[in-house]
Amino acid sequence: MSDTTTATAASVAPASTETVLSVENLKMHFPVKGSGVIRRTVGHVKAVDGVSFEVAKGSALGLVGESGCGKSTTGRMVTRLYKPTGGSINFEGTDIADYPGHKLKPIRREIQMIFQDPSTSLNPRHTVGSIIGAPLRIHNMVPKDKVLGRVQELLELVGLNPEHYNRYPHEFSGGQRQRIGIARAMTLQPKLLVADEPVSALDVSIQAQVINLLQDLQKEFDISYLFIAHDLAIVRHFCPEVAVMYLGKIVEIGDRESIYEHAHHPYTQALLSAVPDVKQAAVGGRRERIRLEGDVPSPINPPSGCHFRTRCTFAKDICSVVEPPLLQIGKKHKVACHFPGELHQHPEKPVTAPLLGVDEFGAPDPGASPAEVPGDGPGYADTWYDLANNSRGRA
Amino acid sequence: MTAIDDSFLPADPSTSKGGPVLVVDDLTVRFPTHDGLVQAVSGLSYTVEKGKTLGIVGESGSGKSVSSMAVLGLHDPRSTRMSGSIKVNGAEVIGASEATMKRIRGNEVAMVFQDPLTALHPYFTVGSQIVEAYRLHHNVSKKVARARAVEMLDLVGIPQPDRRVNDFPHQFSGGMRQRAVIAMALVNDPGLIIADEPTTALDVTVQAQILDLLQSLQREFDSAIIIVTHDLGVVAEMADDVLVMYGGRGVEFGPTKDVLTRPSMPYTWGLISSVPDVHERSDQKLIPIPGTPPSLLNPPAGCAFFPRCAHKDKVGGDLCETELPEFLPLAGNPAHLKRCHLHDPEQIYVDEVAPEIFADASEKLEN
Repeated sequence: MSDTTTATAASVAPASTETVLSVENLKMHFPVKGSGVIRRTVGHVKAVDGVSFEVAKGSALGLVGESGCGKSTTGRMVTRLYKPTGGSINFEGTDIADYPGHKLKPIRREIQMIFQDPSTSLNPRHTVGSIIGAPLRIHNMVPKDKVLGRVQELLELVGLNPEHYNRYPHEFSGGQRQRIGIARAMTLQPKLLVADEPVSALDVSIQAQVINLLQDLQKEFDISYLFIAHDLAIVRHFCPEVAVMYLGKIVEIGDRESIYEHAHHPYTQALLSAVPDVKQAAVGGRRERIRLEGDVPSPINPPSGCHFRTRCTFAKDICSVVEPPLLQIGKKHKVACHFPGELHQHPEKPVTAPLLGVDEFGAPDPGASPAEVPGDGPGYADTWYDLANNSRGRA
Repeated sequence: MTAIDDSFLPADPSTSKGGPVLVVDDLTVRFPTHDGLVQAVSGLSYTVEKGKTLGIVGESGSGKSVSSMAVLGLHDPRSTRMSGSIKVNGAEVIGASEATMKRIRGNEVAMVFQDPLTALHPYFTVGSQIVEAYRLHHNVSKKVARARAVEMLDLVGIPQPDRRVNDFPHQFSGGMRQRAVIAMALVNDPGLIIADEPTTALDVTVQAQILDLLQSLQREFDSAIIIVTHDLGVVAEMADDVLVMYGGRGVEFGPTKDVLTRPSMPYTWGLISSVPDVHERSDQKLIPIPGTPPSLLNPPAGCAFFPRCAHKDKVGGDLCETELPEFLPLAGNPAHLKRCHLHDPEQIYVDEVAPEIFADASEKLEN
């Protein structure tokens, strides 16, 4: 198993391994205020509760999950639209998580965002030229008389007619508006683009155009993407690396191959099996799939232990007692589950128990010696836990 | 157009019994506006049999929602020009009085809307809205209607229905709201349910739950379903027949298996090729349909898809540009209709399009 993953990971991984963004144990706990005069804080919405990941230069990391899992909040923290309540965001070697407002301005030049709905993210009273030119003026990138020329260059870059700089957003179609949003994000030649559901508001035939545009820009300018989407097919197409989130935590992260072909977390498996498949037409009827009952629990009061256990078909005693750590099980594959395994091959006993120093029901085991869990932290370690032999593996 | 009416369904004695629930014939819907006449739907015909599911696919502005709203008579006759015929269980809808429409609406045809949050009234409890829908068509006491509402909520899988019936829509999650809307649509046991993008606002796992629910309810009540969507995957798993719409017209129609495995119209090819496949490795670029859909204020004279079509040069002369292709059955398959001038689309699909879309599927086609 480790041999095959190693081989494929090597072929998938981009040539450069330089890291642009490294996020560690990032947390966003929104306070919930009481109703009285004093409005005491009565609890916290743990929208994001300790996520760690890395984005390599010129690569793309996809964040997928159901609504409310914290993927958009993560994106907004990386762009520092929110100030995280914990953890670090290392952008090119500096931690920007605690930067105050005035220090953020140069960072904004490097990290830009593309929003989901182009009709609400563009000011209807401004012309396209003024929308795209605004970042240039704010950051004093070019002299005033050169702004128009640069705007026209950008319009051409995203496939719009450069003569249309004087038009208003409502004069464009949805796909064209999204191109304007992309042009605005590209104005400052950022190194990292956070794309929050960039195509989900668009028609299918237009989606493909915008995805191709994003990929062309990536190739031309060596941009890295944090690509947030709920459409698993588009993420598979766009991102060499994918993180699956559930209730504020990353439950599985890995390269495309590991996630889509060798998913080890029951939630990832359920998500993948729920996507309707065009090819099913040849067979007729519904595809066999894993049924998830109920809804995502409230992030104010998440279940104890594993967050997913309330909907998991494999949940056992240990799941409600101990939270599964994000365990590296392949060269580029980490999973947070006590019973990680491919579909229909989940192990009988929790593989994480000996590592955590507990017995198989989650009670502390005095005889066990807790070991360091491989995979803690944002990147990937050179050694990992080999599921086949229940031992440490190596590259 | 009569070809559709009598001969399009494959003989399947186990499921197709009784007459069609819905017959739409040569439906045209136009909206006069300040800018001119919007030709939202032109010459649309289709039939839905009892217990069957029809999937309508198309981009925004293709007329798929306008045509399904016409079935419920939801267009204001003062600002809409409609012609053609829509027959629900034999009764004509176009030009029908408001009293007739009120009897049909909710009772014989019910609608499930895309966004359950806007389809439910925020000021009233979910229960009272279902009760209202039920009492409109049934002369029963509030108590009986309430019991019926609880029963419906239970049926669509809402936990503790006797308590949740008193909740307001905002107290429900997205998936539960859509279940409540489905409960409301089914409360009068309609013969036809029109689901307009019923799962677009929902997550994949919830989408799968809702689709399961619609299918099991369909089996139970033997209702017909029209599912309007842009997701070909949903159509592939749900629908018996597919109607692909473009520029206000049907451009391809047939049994789902035929349309999605042997599509015969360049627009359908484009739809299939522009969606990446979640279950297939895909490193090559997506093949988008170039350009944007036509303005329905001033649709092209010939084939509406002509300006975006990659295969127009295979048709001789300027036929595509000047003459609207007729909606005709394919040579080998009378159930499968297409609106295209191409002579041998199946061969083009097998030779050129399919290898581009998926390498392995072209092998399947040859078998």
